[in-house]
Amino acid sequence: MDIFDVFLLEAVLNGLLLGGILALLALGLNLIFGVIDVVWICYAEMIMIGMYAVYYLHNVYHLPLWFAFAGAIAIVAVGGAALHHLVIRPVLAAEPINQLLVTGGVLFFLQAGATLVFGVEFRNVGIRLPQLQVGEMYLSMARLIAFGVALAAMIGMSVFLKRSYLGTAIRAISQDRRIMPLMGVDPNRIFLVTSALGGALAGVAACLLVLQYDIHPAIGLSFGPITFLICVLGGLGNMMGGFIAAFIFAQFISVGGFFLHVEWGYVLAFLFFIAVMFWRPQGILGGK
Amino acid sequence: MKYAALALLAAAPLLGMGNYPLHLLIMCVLWGYVYTSWSVMGRLGMVSFGHGAFMGIGAYVVVMAWNHYGLSPWIGAPIALVLTAIVALLIGYPCFRFKIVGHYFALVTLALSEVTRLIIVALRDQTGGSLGVTPNTALAETSYSLGALQFSSKLVWFYVILAFWLGGLWIWKKVDESMGRLALEAISQEEDAAASIGINVTRLKLRVTLISALMTCMGGVLYAQYQAYVNPETVSGIGISLQMVFGAIAGGMFVRLGPTVGAVFTLLLAEGLRLWFGNLYHGLDLTVYGLMLVLFIIYMPKGILGAATQAWEKRRGGVARAA
Repeated sequence: MDIFDVFLLEAVLNGLLLGGILALLALGLNLIFGVIDVVWICYAEMIMIGMYAVYYLHNVYHLPLWFAFAGAIAIVAVGGAALHHLVIRPVLAAEPINQLLVTGGVLFFLQAGATLVFGVEFRNVGIRLPQLQVGEMYLSMARLIAFGVALAAMIGMSVFLKRSYLGTAIRAISQDRRIMPLMGVDPNRIFLVTSALGGALAGVAACLLVLQYDIHPAIGLSFGPITFLICVLGGLGNMMGGFIAAFIFAQFISVGGFFLHVEWGYVLAFLFFIAVMFWRPQGILGGK
Repeated sequence: MKYAALALLAAAPLLGMGNYPLHLLIMCVLWGYVYTSWSVMGRLGMVSFGHGAFMGIGAYVVVMAWNHYGLSPWIGAPIALVLTAIVALLIGYPCFRFKIVGHYFALVTLALSEVTRLIIVALRDQTGGSLGVTPNTALAETSYSLGALQFSSKLVWFYVILAFWLGGLWIWKKVDESMGRLALEAISQEEDAAASIGINVTRLKLRVTLISALMTCMGGVLYAQYQAYVNPETVSGIGISLQMVFGAIAGGMFVRLGPTVGAVFTLLLAEGLRLWFGNLYHGLDLTVYGLMLVLFIIYMPKGILGAATQAWEKRRGGVARAA
């Protein structure tokens, strides 16, 4: 087979676009971990809630799509703050593994709760974006938009962290948790803001994902694990690392799926992950 | 006292139990065994999210060996155990060597359980993919087949699984009594300090991991043979791995019978809610379960039995260690 196959190129480009959205998923999780030192195992379930929010606001209450998007982002942001206040805060002083586990409990709760409230039927917002034809290749328009928005969100986030007072405080907390209260920063407030921000990013991801996927209560399981692995691969809490790792993973999935089955793409990505862990347990950019 | 309770449990099915309560009892003991297997390493600070991999290997290897090669589970199970040992060592050695602990260990092992699930799904021509697979029956003419490890009588399964459960508790006790446990407890507190006083951290951790993984693999074998149906979601992947972690935590992973209590509790909760509300509210049991887990971890991190024994000891004013 000719290695410069146009379909292979298509797979590579689609992988690049997939990388954009994976990078966005990893960004929220990394932000939260970097600041609060907690991994939200239920992060993908927060996105699922956001996707249902878009569906209900747009298709059931007939709000314009943009309002539905804004509403969903707001709902998940509030959800993120609530998650921190109600669930994470009480175990902040407990053993670190309890913080991981408690969000795992939330995963069950949200997933089963969604089944209970929304039912198991697959829902669709009913927006089908056209395929974009470039030469002989077909690229997904929805993925292209997702890629663009994800990139914009990441740039926005880094500007916010570097330029605003709150962003500076967040970065400071993530560097030294104990010293910041002495500087007059209330860590609790920063944690709440960070959680809301992380939630908002999950909301943005939800808006992008409804354009590509059907919504159902277990959808979180299909991209939850991969998001954690991207974060770990890049170095937990390291945003740049997560960004790079997302694109590596996306290539594995897309190109691996091109040569073999889609699942094999995932299997390869996971095996690659395990192999890298042995070589650099702290992640590709994680320092220690 | 202990033996009386055990005798009562062993005799319970003989007292004319219906099929459904007996099935529930078997599931309690089976999951009790699996959760116990998980806790053997979980309670020593190695929280694995990857035990679904070992259970999946156990369940699928025996069924595949039987269906495709006509190999009896008596041969299939050892193959599964060897495979599990290899996987456990391959993942465990680097993790412990490079001190991958806490969050990282949980997430790396999570990758392992997902890989297993995905491989099972990807080999759909052999494994039946997400639809699952049923071992070919050997019970067309007889009511039991020792060679195929298939019994139509639930009673036989009850005693087989009960024996494994008791074996699991015995292994727990042996690990507890060994010098290794003290060392491992030291490791889970402060790994570098433990290493500095001459504890071979990697080897000890590997040994316990191996024990736990092999036990879980047998759980998968038993599950597949008893249920006569396996599905990638019910024996591997993130869902079942988390179920093990949470079952053990809910019951209390630091007490020997804790994981079993967790299994009984979660099964009764699910069945109770189902009977109570019927199948009208799909997902209600897991919603309540998830909520209770969150509350448990926040307010009762030692689990049901852990909290109960603690309260009991406080009342007696004793300092005796929980068995």
